[in-house]
Amino acid sequence: MKYLCLAYGDKSKMQALSREELIAIREKCEPYDAELNRTESLVFHEGLSWDVATIRPRNGTVFVTDGPFVELKEQIGGVFVIEAADLNEAIRIASLHPAAHLGEDLGWGIEVRPIEAFNP
Amino acid sequence: MIEGTTETGGAGEPFPAVNGAAVPNARQAREAADAVYRTDSRHILATLIRLLGDFDLAEEALSEAFTAAMQKWPRDGVPSNPRAWLVSAGRFKAIDALRRRARFDASVARLAQELEQKGGGEMALPEGSLGPAATDAVEDDRLRLIFACCHPALPPDAQVALTLREVCGLTTEEIARAYLATASSLAQRIVRAKARIREARIPYEVPPLDELPKRLDAVLRVIYLVFNEGYSATSGAWVTRQALSEEAIRMGRLLVELLPEPEAMGLLALMVLHESRRAARTTPEGEIVLLSDQDRSRWDRSLIREGVTLVEQALASRRFGPYCLQAAIAALHAEAPSAEQTDWEQIVGLYDVLARMEPSPVIDLNRAVAVAMRNGPAAGLVLVEEILARGVLFDYQFAHSVLADLCRRVGRKDEARAAYERALALTRQEPEQRFLRRRLAELG
Repeated sequence: MKYLCLAYGDKSKMQALSREELIAIREKCEPYDAELNRTESLVFHEGLSWDVATIRPRNGTVFVTDGPFVELKEQIGGVFVIEAADLNEAIRIASLHPAAHLGEDLGWGIEVRPIEAFNP
Repeated sequence: MIEGTTETGGAGEPFPAVNGAAVPNARQAREAADAVYRTDSRHILATLIRLLGDFDLAEEALSEAFTAAMQKWPRDGVPSNPRAWLVSAGRFKAIDALRRRARFDASVARLAQELEQKGGGEMALPEGSLGPAATDAVEDDRLRLIFACCHPALPPDAQVALTLREVCGLTTEEIARAYLATASSLAQRIVRAKARIREARIPYEVPPLDELPKRLDAVLRVIYLVFNEGYSATSGAWVTRQALSEEAIRMGRLLVELLPEPEAMGLLALMVLHESRRAARTTPEGEIVLLSDQDRSRWDRSLIREGVTLVEQALASRRFGPYCLQAAIAALHAEAPSAEQTDWEQIVGLYDVLARMEPSPVIDLNRAVAVAMRNGPAAGLVLVEEILARGVLFDYQFAHSVLADLCRRVGRKDEARAAYERALALTRQEPEQRFLRRRLAELG
């Protein structure tokens, strides 16, 4: 089964960091990312820009706004997909991600969601 | 590839392939690895958990070991002892991972250090361990794991979930379906239980003799809970429920094989005797068939033989307890040609012993049913009314359906109707509800 993992972080706190601070954080993240990336079960893993556009149906037309779908302090800053036997295995693998270890003060955390066809 | 083992002076090749073994093609090697995975992965995991002292690290090591097998076996041949090869490969992989991570993650540093200190002696499997001794050691690891998962420091519901996942290998999602819980809440329970085992330093061992009876009780309780959830499930999909009973019986057999304590035998006997009736206890449409109405030719004779033999062995030990007695009762039912020709005298006697050993209103109720069979419904009814008057079984559905049945049989129709209605209000299981509605309709 596949699991979608969404890493959330505090967007404004992240944007307030200086270039040097960001580089320092990235260096700390690297070994964690490397551990995650060497896992055979990892299907896909990318970081995201904070620059977001949102599309909605509105009065029968496609309506576009800038900004995220839900305006929250924490936004999705990283996304990865894991192939795992069950949710606990997915959680174990996702726990390798830097957001599970670093950046507590920057509001980071990971949501793990089973990818499941909608079968009513 | 087992990376890192050469740099640290490890053997590199944990177990060399047998000299002269034919190098199989990729497909054959993959099939061999798949076959080992199916039959042995739970055993290998149990050994890795003991060696590494950490569930997650062991699970990761197991998966890496199989990846390594897929890469190496096609090239070098399938090792003569695949299980030992995989344990060894998993251990090397885990130590490598810990060494890498300890450099940047303080939280794994302690574990890494402990593993280093353990060194080769305790960690290594004997070279070329192919004989029955090695197999025993691995089986013992499963037993150690059961005791760790059923440790009293863990909350009871976590014990069940952890045992099902770690010992039986059910997925979080399967356990969630069987217990009508969400996978996420179960996953959390399992993660917390594992953390608790780590923090409380719960050992992976079969408890010493002085602790054994109490600790064994906890293990038997978890196994019986798993069985009952599969046998008379309050909820959940049928297929998963059957799997639960099968897993419970498998664990029961393992326990009896490695730790032939009378109560372990008693529990296994009880489970296989119940299981022997599975095919007869519901109609193809899923309707309940009472014990007295079951087609006894559909009972599984080989399970009954196994159960009866176990009961006899356990009783002969003279150290039997409640599981043995319940199994003895089940054996009398299993050996009777019909409900009428059942040895109710002896069943009542066994309930007497059971009630003295473990006083419980539910046992009293079961005894009352047996008395009703031995001496007639009026005699049973007096006892059931007395038990209900104590108040503790007021919300117990079965107490009201027993009362209803006995009232019906002595012709007290109004009381029977009221009791069936109370039982119906208390039951959530659909087949039970249909059964009670049928009985109500028959009352007219």
